[in-house]
Amino acid sequence: MFNKKWTMLLLTLCLTLIAAGCGQNGNNGETAANSGTNESGSSKVTINFMHLWPEGVSAGQNKIVNQIIKDFQTENPNISIKQEVLDNEQYKNKLKVLSASNQLPDVGVTWAAGFMQPYVEGKLFTPVDDVLSGELNGKFVSGTTEAYAIDGKTYALPLEFNIAPVYYNKALFEKNNLEVPQTYEQFKTVVKTLSENGIAPIALGNKDRWTGSLWYMYLADRLAGQETLASAISGSASFMDEGLMKAAAEVQTLVDGNAFVKGFNGLSNEEAKSEFLNGKAAMYMMGTWELPNFTTNEDIPQEFRDSVGFFKFPTVDGGKGDINSWVGGPGVGLFVSESSEVKEEAKAFVEYFIVKWGEQSVTGAGVIPATKVDTAALELPQLYIDLFNEMNQASSITLFADVQMQASAAETHLNQIQALFGKASTPEKFSQEHDAAISKGN
Amino acid sequence: MDKVMSNKKVIALYVLPALLLILAVVYIPIVLTGYYGLNEWNGIGAMTFIGLDNYQALIKDETFWGSAWHSLLLALFSGVSLILYLMVAMVLASRIKAANLFRKIYLIPMLLSSVAIAQLWLKIYHPTNGILNSLLESFGVANPPAWLAEPSLVLFALFIPILWQYAGFYILIYYAALKNIPASLEEAAKIDGANALQIAWKIKLPLAMEVIKVTVVLAVVGSLKYFDLIYVMTNGGPNGASEVMASYMYSEAFKSYDFGYGSAIGFFLLVICLIATWIIRKLTVTKDTIQYS
Repeated sequence: MFNKKWTMLLLTLCLTLIAAGCGQNGNNGETAANSGTNESGSSKVTINFMHLWPEGVSAGQNKIVNQIIKDFQTENPNISIKQEVLDNEQYKNKLKVLSASNQLPDVGVTWAAGFMQPYVEGKLFTPVDDVLSGELNGKFVSGTTEAYAIDGKTYALPLEFNIAPVYYNKALFEKNNLEVPQTYEQFKTVVKTLSENGIAPIALGNKDRWTGSLWYMYLADRLAGQETLASAISGSASFMDEGLMKAAAEVQTLVDGNAFVKGFNGLSNEEAKSEFLNGKAAMYMMGTWELPNFTTNEDIPQEFRDSVGFFKFPTVDGGKGDINSWVGGPGVGLFVSESSEVKEEAKAFVEYFIVKWGEQSVTGAGVIPATKVDTAALELPQLYIDLFNEMNQASSITLFADVQMQASAAETHLNQIQALFGKASTPEKFSQEHDAAISKGN
Repeated sequence: MDKVMSNKKVIALYVLPALLLILAVVYIPIVLTGYYGLNEWNGIGAMTFIGLDNYQALIKDETFWGSAWHSLLLALFSGVSLILYLMVAMVLASRIKAANLFRKIYLIPMLLSSVAIAQLWLKIYHPTNGILNSLLESFGVANPPAWLAEPSLVLFALFIPILWQYAGFYILIYYAALKNIPASLEEAAKIDGANALQIAWKIKLPLAMEVIKVTVVLAVVGSLKYFDLIYVMTNGGPNGASEVMASYMYSEAFKSYDFGYGSAIGFFLLVICLIATWIIRKLTVTKDTIQYS
C-alpha cells in the first residue's frame, strides 16, 4: 500500500507546503515593487515610504499623501515613491520588527522624544538638521522640532502640532447659568453647580491614563509654573516641589468633588468622548486633533457642533502659571533611515512633503500642521481660527509628559496618574515614584 | 503496512516536518525567551548581558506577584466553575427536552471573538448607560458601583465574562464524554435501584474522570496565561488591580520597552504553568483507570 512512489509523493507534498509557507514574503503591500530600479536602466530610484494613514481610517490624510506623492513624482521623474500603509498599532509593531532586522523604510513616520529615543540610540534614524536649516528654516512653529531633537541633533521633522484646550458645551453652560471660568475658583464653582444639577462636569476616560495626565499637567503648570514642571520631567528638579505636590493634591480634590464622570478610571477615552458628544458631560479636555468632530464631521449633529466652545485652563490664585501656557506637542513626524541607500532623495522628499502637507492638511484633513499656517489665506471654521490665534499668543508649550519621558518612566507616570485619580496613591507617593523612575532612566 | 512503518527512515519522514516546525515556532523561541531574559534589551538596540539580574528583580517585584495572585485566583475560579459545567452537562446529557438547543446556546460565546465579547461586556458594565447598572437602579439601588473602575471589584467583574466565554467549551467536552458512557450501564444501575444522584456519582463521574483531568489542566493553564479580555477591557487597570501575569509581561515588554524583563516574566510564566500542570497530574493520578466493561 505504501510503496516508494507514494512516500516520494507525500514527501514532495510536505516540502512544497513548507516551502510555500516559508517562502511567502512578508511584504504584502504594493505590487509595483522595484519597478523603479529595473525599468529604464537609467538613474531611476525608489523611495520606500511607510505611513499610517490607510484610506478607510484616515481618508483625508490618505488623499493628501497620495496627492503629494503624485506631484513629487511628476516634478522628479527619476524618483518613484513606493508606499506601505498600515494602521496605527500595526504600524508601531512593524516599525519595531523592521528595526530589529535593520530593514527600516527609507522614509517613515515616528513619534517624538521618548518613542524615538531607542531608534536614535540604535543609530537607525539619520539626522535631518541639514533639511531643517535649508528651505524649511523658520517655517516650523517654535517648540515643535525640539521634541524630535536628541543630543542637539534633530532626527525627524514634525507633521502635526496639537495643544489641549478645555472644550465645553455652550448649551449646557447656558442652561445652568454658567460663565466660562477665568480663574480656578470660578472653575470649581462651575464644577460644583453642574454636579449639583446632575450633569457630569468633565468627561474623562482615564483607562487610557494619558487623558488624566493632561489634567495633572495643567494643574502643575498653573500652580508650580511651566519651568518647574519642565525641569521635574527632564529630571533636573524634583517632583517633591511644593507646587507640584499641590497640583497632585488638587487632582484628588477634584475627584472628591465629583468633577469627573462616574467610573472614569474604567472608561476609555472614546467612551468618555461619547459622554461629551451626547451632551451628558459638560467639559472635555483633549488635543486639537478632535477639532474636526466639533466643526466639520457630518456624523455628529450640527446642533451639537455649533454648541462647542473652548477655553484656556484657568489660572490659579497664587500659582506661578500663565494662562497662555499650553500643554501639547507635535504628533507624528517623518524620519529618514540611516541605512537608506537613497538618503539625499529621501531627504528631498521629506522636505517637499512637509511643505505641501503644511499647505493642505488643515483644509484637507483638519490636521494642524507643525509648520506655520496663514489663517487669512484659508477658509476655516471659527473654532480653528480662534485656536490658531491662541497658538500664536502661546507663551510656552509643555510637551505631553508621557511623550517626553523615556518609555519606562512614562509607564510609571501613567500608572501613577491612574492611581492618583483613583486615590490609590498620595501626592507624596506620586512624586516619589516619579523622581525614582526619572532618575533611573537618566 | 507494518513493514513500512517500522522502517526508521519512513518514521523520520513522517515525524520530521512536524518536528522541525514545532522546533522552529515553539521550542527555539522558548529557549530564546529564556536567553533574552538574561539581557537588558529595549527590543531595538544592542543587548547587554546581565546574567540573572532580571530574574532576581522579578522575584522581588511586588507588581509581578500581585499579578500572579490575580492569575491564580482566575485559575481557582475556572477550576471551581468546572463543577458547575459538569452539572449542566449531566443535565443536558440525560435526554431532557431541547438539550440540543441548550447545548448550542451555551456554545455561542465561544464562537464570538474575544474582542467582541470584551466590547459587549464593556457596554454591560458601563457605569451610567450599562444594562447592569440600569437594572440595579430600577431595582432601587441608589448608587451602583462603576464595575471596571473600582479596584476591589474589577477583577471579579472580569472573571464573569471570562468564565462565560469558556463555559460552552467545557460543557461540550463533558457532554461528549457523558454521551460516550454506554446507556446499558445506567440501565443496569437503575434496575439495581440506584437513584439519579448515585448514578451520577458512582457511574458517570468515574467514567468521565480522564476527561475531567484534562479539562482541569486546560482550565488552570489557560487561566494562568490568560490575556485577551483583560487587555481589551481594562488593560490591567485601574492601578494594576486587574493585572495578570500575561498583561504585565506585555506592558513591560511593549510599553516600557523592557524586552529583557518582559522575556524574564514570560519565561517565569512558562515555568509556573509547567509546575501547575505537574502538580495537577500528581494530585489527580489514579492507580487504575476505570473501563467500561
